[in-house]
Amino acid sequence: MMSVGAPKGLPSSGQKPITEMIHPLSAVEEPLSPAPEVTVNAGGDKDTGLTNGTPVETSSPASVSSLFNRLQLDDDLDGDASTETRDLFVTVDDPKKHVSTMETYITYRVSTKTTRIEFDLPEYCVRRRYQDFDWLRIKLEDSQPTHLIPPLPEKFVMKGVVDRFSEEFVETRMKALDKFLKRVADHPVLSFNPHFNAFLTAKDLNKRQGLALLTKVGESVKYVAGGYKLRARPAEYASMGDYLDTFSGKLGTMDRIAQRIVKEQSEYLTELREYGTVYSSWAAVEEELQRPLEGVAGSVSTCCRALEDLSENISQDFLPVLREYVLYIESMKNVLRKRDQCQAEYEGRLEAAVLRRQEDRTPIPAEVEKCQDKVECFNADLKADWERWQRNKRQDFKQILTGMADKNISYYEKCQSAWESLITVLQDKQTDDKTRQGPFGRCFKALSSSL
Amino acid sequence: LKIIWGSLPKALRPPLWEPLLYMDAFCFVVCNLLAFVFQMVEKGTSLLKKLEMNVSEAEKRTGKNSVNMQETYTVYLIETRSAHTDLNTPVPDMLWRRYSEFELLRTYLLVTYPFIIIPPLPEKRAEFVWHKLSADNLDPDFVERRRVGLENFLLRVASHPLLSNDKIFFLFLTDEKGWRDAVLETGFQDKVDSRLKSLSASFRVKNPDKRFTALKQYSDELNTAISQLLRIRARVADRLYGVYKVHGNYGRVFSEWSAIEKEMGDGLQSAGHHMDTYAASIDDILEEEEHYADQLKEYLFYTEAVRSVCRKHELIQYELEMAAQDLTYKKQQREELATGTVRVFSLKGMTSKLFGQESQEQREQKLMALEQDIKEGEELLKEKNQECHEFVQSAWKDIERFKEQKDRDLREALISYAIMQISMCKKGIQVWSNAKECFSKM
Repeated sequence: MMSVGAPKGLPSSGQKPITEMIHPLSAVEEPLSPAPEVTVNAGGDKDTGLTNGTPVETSSPASVSSLFNRLQLDDDLDGDASTETRDLFVTVDDPKKHVSTMETYITYRVSTKTTRIEFDLPEYCVRRRYQDFDWLRIKLEDSQPTHLIPPLPEKFVMKGVVDRFSEEFVETRMKALDKFLKRVADHPVLSFNPHFNAFLTAKDLNKRQGLALLTKVGESVKYVAGGYKLRARPAEYASMGDYLDTFSGKLGTMDRIAQRIVKEQSEYLTELREYGTVYSSWAAVEEELQRPLEGVAGSVSTCCRALEDLSENISQDFLPVLREYVLYIESMKNVLRKRDQCQAEYEGRLEAAVLRRQEDRTPIPAEVEKCQDKVECFNADLKADWERWQRNKRQDFKQILTGMADKNISYYEKCQSAWESLITVLQDKQTDDKTRQGPFGRCFKALSSSL
Repeated sequence: LKIIWGSLPKALRPPLWEPLLYMDAFCFVVCNLLAFVFQMVEKGTSLLKKLEMNVSEAEKRTGKNSVNMQETYTVYLIETRSAHTDLNTPVPDMLWRRYSEFELLRTYLLVTYPFIIIPPLPEKRAEFVWHKLSADNLDPDFVERRRVGLENFLLRVASHPLLSNDKIFFLFLTDEKGWRDAVLETGFQDKVDSRLKSLSASFRVKNPDKRFTALKQYSDELNTAISQLLRIRARVADRLYGVYKVHGNYGRVFSEWSAIEKEMGDGLQSAGHHMDTYAASIDDILEEEEHYADQLKEYLFYTEAVRSVCRKHELIQYELEMAAQDLTYKKQQREELATGTVRVFSLKGMTSKLFGQESQEQREQKLMALEQDIKEGEELLKEKNQECHEFVQSAWKDIERFKEQKDRDLREALISYAIMQISMCKKGIQVWSNAKECFSKM
């Protein structure tokens, strides 16, 4: 059962009304008046299109149907969403490079569609950079310490090694950011977090970030009151911890295997390319065999292209998810530790209170009961999040592994058809040759052609 | 006409010929009959019609070699059987031969039929190997591939219109002990040295035959192309091996991972098995590809045989030119002697100028000797011309035959290579489809 009230009980930067202070990154963006087109799932009277007044940076406005389609596909990701009525849709897309005197960075468009009353408008469209996502995550961790916060893609990349502005890197990062927001949006508690709301809606996030810096060393510290050490982690949570450790190890192994495969495939590809060219150069010195040999060269180069696609898929779709889950596991371990701390504090205080009572009949203070409540809430939240996480994990891995299988099948299918079409070419010529009668056949061909 | 047409076996009635029935009758009949005869000559006389043969087994032997040291070598069993068999198949004749005896046979053929492109033997040592393949001559896979290569060699010789009739070849197949003496008795060894010399010697031919020059160039180009191909194919095989084998690691990790999962466990576990299957499949795939490599290798070695025919022709041409040159010189000498004019500088000429002319008698004697020389020289020139002419005729006939065989065989090889690739793709699709099914059940 989901715990309620977390947003209410905790101090936060509050929900300020949307000011019209222009965010430097969202110059012309404004939520628009409804246009008659598509109906949202839960909403009744909300016919909205998301045609932006074209901001400077965006290329083409997202057509309503494509946005809707994308959102619909994502529905399949979260199994339990079908049992609830989804009323909050978030998407990250449209990366753009910004060059200023101080720095160069990428922003992404974050589009929101919702019927929730916590939001003033049914639609929002803002631009955010990685920094902003990072801010959000920290705020969520601080304000929702009993919950598992989804991971972000790696923050730091070695400048010399990885090109931060390459299409691949940006694409991969964007997909991960999209996933992050979707997971938050699907979470029954996190999605109502005011920081999340601000992130999705505020024109000027900088202002809030300024405040955030002050309160960074924040709430989570209060939750993890220092000094208490848990004697023994209950079996239930201990087995979670064990599972996470083992799983993390397996993920690391799979990461290494996948990287190795990419490397081997790349080396295979290099040799294969040269292999194809050798057939071509041989064809150049032949007469009868020229066409067959060129045919082989052609089939080989088709296979090369197919292999490129396959390797790309591993790097772009498979590896990022593995890495994301490693971060996820770290997150979860943190939450387990915090839970331990919470329980430790309770047990510590309880012990102290019991001793006091034994000494001078002081009743157990209400504080201690509050601690007990905290522990119980924490446990409940954690278990619920654990279940959700297990479900998501199963879904995600099913998807990427099936995807990996599909890509391999597609690779072999492409290669197979390349070789099959070659055979028809080769065999046609053969039956043609069989009707010839050697040198006399040539004589006759000449005769018959003169008819 | 129609009677003749009707009496031809169906195979010799290509559709092309039909319209010609009503064309120039004489031309048609003549060509028709010639083609018929040509066909019979091609197939009828080759040894294979009378004798079936195969190299069926290989065995290790140890024995003392020529320097009285123990050595291990492999022998191959050659079985021959008469092609005209009754209902009950008779026991085949069998004898054992080792690789060096095949080499001896081939050398004999090279020397005895210098105008023929002699089929090559399988390689002596394993070359173009990729890392998993053994370069050891005693390795069973190598021996097996060599057995196939030796059989192929015998079949090629036996289906050659000329080589198949060679007595020594027949004895090689049928007389285990007596063959060696017989081949040595032919005295072919005397020619071996001169052949080697001709292959390595450098001499310039004044009027090279353009066809042979082109052929030599082609054989060099073919040699380069196939060598390159084999080298790179070996590297490709190496890399492909690596790709497949790394996937085997997925098998292990899926298995380990499945142990900590509840619902996902079964799906993962079985998917892991498929990954193991995938990784293991590459061994068979690459072994099969070796047959393709062997087919290419045969033609790689064939280029050497082609080259040596070209070189032999060069030598003959050169000797012809030398003989002609020599004769011309002698004739000039005769002219000088007869007319007394010295056109060509010679020491003799100078000394006779300095020390006085020779006597009439001396001159007449010299003239007679020279006339004799010239006569012999003319005979020699005639011989050489004849030799060259015959060589070119026979060689070119064999070259045409070889070209067609090569085009046919290599096209077949490419087709079978493509088929191998398709089979590999199908296996891949199968395994990944199975894995996909397991994943979907996760």
